[in-house]
Amino acid sequence: MGYFNKIINAIKTLLQGMQVTGHYFFPNLFKRKYVITRQYPDEPPVVFERFKGEVVMWHNENNEHRCTGCQACEIACPNGSIEIIWKRELDPATGKKKKMIDKHIYHLGMCTSCSLCIQACPTNAIMWSTNFHSATYDRHSLTKVLNRPGSKLMAGVEE
Amino acid sequence: MIEEKVIQSDIQTQEYFLNMGPQHPATHGVLRLILKLDGETVVGIEPDLGYIHRGIEKMCEYDTYRQIIHLTDRMDYLSSHINNEAVALAVEKALEVEVSDRIKVIRTMMDELTRIASHLLWWGVMGMDIGALTTFMYAFRDREMINEIMEQTTGARLTMSYNIPGGVMFDLHPEFPERVKNLIAHMRKVLPEYDRLLTGNIIFQKRMKGVGLLSKEDALNFGATGPVARGSGLHSDIRKRFPYSAYDRVNFEEAVEEGGDNLARYKVRMREMYESLNILEQLVDNIPEGPYQMPMRNLIKLPKGEFYQRVETARGELGVFIVSDGKKNPYRVKFRSPGLMNLNALLKVGLGWKIADLVAIMSTFDFVIPDIDR
Amino acid sequence: MNLMTANIFAQWLQGTHGWLYVLILVLIVAIYLGFFAVAGLLLVLMERRVAGFFQLRLGPNRVGPWGSLQTIADALKLVSKEIFIPKFADKLLYKAGYYLVIITALIGISLIPFAREIQAFDINVGIFFISAVSSVGVLGILFGAWGSRNKYSLIGAMRSGLQMVSYELSAGFAVVTVVLMAGTLKLSSIVEAQHGTWFLFKGHIASIVAFMIFMIAGTAETNRVPFDLVEGESELGAGFHTEYSGMGFAYFFLAEFINMFIIAALTSTLFLGGWLAPFGITDALPAQWFWGLFWFMLKTMSVIFLMMWFRWTFPRLRIDQLLTLEWKYLLPIGLVNTVLMALFVWKDWLFDIGKIFGL
Repeated sequence: MGYFNKIINAIKTLLQGMQVTGHYFFPNLFKRKYVITRQYPDEPPVVFERFKGEVVMWHNENNEHRCTGCQACEIACPNGSIEIIWKRELDPATGKKKKMIDKHIYHLGMCTSCSLCIQACPTNAIMWSTNFHSATYDRHSLTKVLNRPGSKLMAGVEE
Repeated sequence: MIEEKVIQSDIQTQEYFLNMGPQHPATHGVLRLILKLDGETVVGIEPDLGYIHRGIEKMCEYDTYRQIIHLTDRMDYLSSHINNEAVALAVEKALEVEVSDRIKVIRTMMDELTRIASHLLWWGVMGMDIGALTTFMYAFRDREMINEIMEQTTGARLTMSYNIPGGVMFDLHPEFPERVKNLIAHMRKVLPEYDRLLTGNIIFQKRMKGVGLLSKEDALNFGATGPVARGSGLHSDIRKRFPYSAYDRVNFEEAVEEGGDNLARYKVRMREMYESLNILEQLVDNIPEGPYQMPMRNLIKLPKGEFYQRVETARGELGVFIVSDGKKNPYRVKFRSPGLMNLNALLKVGLGWKIADLVAIMSTFDFVIPDIDR
Repeated sequence: MNLMTANIFAQWLQGTHGWLYVLILVLIVAIYLGFFAVAGLLLVLMERRVAGFFQLRLGPNRVGPWGSLQTIADALKLVSKEIFIPKFADKLLYKAGYYLVIITALIGISLIPFAREIQAFDINVGIFFISAVSSVGVLGILFGAWGSRNKYSLIGAMRSGLQMVSYELSAGFAVVTVVLMAGTLKLSSIVEAQHGTWFLFKGHIASIVAFMIFMIAGTAETNRVPFDLVEGESELGAGFHTEYSGMGFAYFFLAEFINMFIIAALTSTLFLGGWLAPFGITDALPAQWFWGLFWFMLKTMSVIFLMMWFRWTFPRLRIDQLLTLEWKYLLPIGLVNTVLMALFVWKDWLFDIGKIFGL
């Protein structure tokens, strides 16, 4: 009798398994009810606002940013994805020579998205953007200069 | 120590070597196993590691304590949050910083979410290894919900770098409690369906029951931890033995099964998912207010000495051992990885079974090879 | 060639000699090759769409409306791949592998009755011949694996040979059960004999058991999940066709799908009434060849859908569990079932709906 019990038990569990997949199949066939595909180029992707896509520098309408060239982000970055090139120039407000930012170079190809540079920046100059379309055919275009040709905002020197 | 089993038979057959090479659909990652076969039965296993060794422990000697967090993400990438927490807790223990309740609760909740995500991926991939190909898609549908919760709060889906010494990096998103409640309701509806699909199935039971026996003494001798040891009857849950973060204020049961075969390890992981849901349910409505980052110095320097912190990842016990000599970089960081010790146990458990069984045993041990190789 | 047949192929060939005869034969071959290609195409597409719906996603739906040109795109990709043969491989056996499986699949299709008017070969020992030909298909797999000079392929092929030979037996017993009810081995007569009621309902208990055994044995014959450890996608790379690329792989792949079609067609011919309409609904309409074809394809596609449902739900069996299933469960039950069916036929305890309703 154990022989027949085994067979009946086997058929019962197999039919239970088929019921689970069948439960998802038939509504999908007629109404696409459980389908979770997002057809990407036709529908826009869902990206949340804190997504760590790429580091960018904030600029306001007059093309001014808040980076003082203090190199805190360069020191905080664990693998050297940020290079700061600074210069000493005459500051028009005070008339003395000051250290100012020339180029803020960011290697997108090496960045590990750890956020330490953004945490370390004392003036909130850099921030995350949600842009993930950074695939390219040429590796050298992944080295970006973050500050556009502009100048620095006043009153950001405290802290 | 590799043991070999000699099979007596009347026919003179020749043993031959089979290379379950670094590229293989069933070894989850780049693991090379050299199998010595007699017909279809495995008589000897020799692993060849190091295909994804990146020198994480050496790299940690050149980074400051804030910078080692992002390296630990990439060790066992399925429980990246828990890895970060291990280092953060070690540093906080050394500096004797007491974190606020809110930080503890946030860390625990993210831990449990990560554990559910890791177990879901394990379940999906195990179905695929055994041949039931739809389980993969079902598991990833649920995992997508967890990924969206993580992305809203931390900004990343897999390697999060969210825990830092002194707290967490960002505060919780306002939609977090609602999404977690939706997830709990959905998972409670869907987990019994998965039981009907895979667990009760006669073919699955035949493949898993009585296969791959690991006795309790062997588990203890090899140093196996996590669901592998708990499937053999060892009570080894770090969250109960050495509680950290908010685990001492939630009620949950340890999932232990006697038996030591594949089915016991499988059941341990399924029960752990239920227990994680219980923990989340208890915590989601009572998140205390408070700061999400304790004030710490900008440059962290640990006092001289040795510090050890153990946490329970989805695979077992992860231990972080930091030797510091007072400078801003650690002198030596050593990670006791759960996968390497479990791999030791595999070398004994896998003998005497067929190749198909070896694949099933490896999938219930749940290896993540970057965890073994670091 | 019988003068009184409704079979259009036999009617074309009647009374022709010489080169006209050969020309019509070539035409018939071309029709069947065309059917082979189109059926392969549509079956692969159906498998992928059905798999998508089971797995909560859409299948291919961009290339052509509802993805219908997807397989043509895949075939173009496969044609453009480099065909390389391993250095010490046995070239004759390597190529003989895929030729053999295609030939046996083609021979299999040509015997199936698609409608009363459409059947290429209608020989006296129809069902017996199909069984014999599918056993030759096993040889194709063994040749291909031995000729590849690869340990993984060899393991796969050994398992496959064992599996197919064992399950031929159980399938044979299920077929014998049907032959007892029909009284003949000729396929068109078997379909005609189901005129009042289908064989699935006629021999109630015995034929339902035979149907289940034939489904399981048929799934094992074609190396599909839950019996696909021959290919063993997660275990051995790709099993016996690891070393094949491009068109060689395409041939094995196509042959597997056509074998599945043959098993499903046999199931619907033997148990579900072939091209007969249920309760004779459409018997009064003109163009009977179309309606016969329609009902036949509907039944075959349902059986194929059932096989796909098995594939996407169950895990796979290990080799010794597979053999245990066959020799300890299917074969004894098949034997007892045959004796039971012989008892039913002798005592005439059959459930004949046609006699009840006077159809």
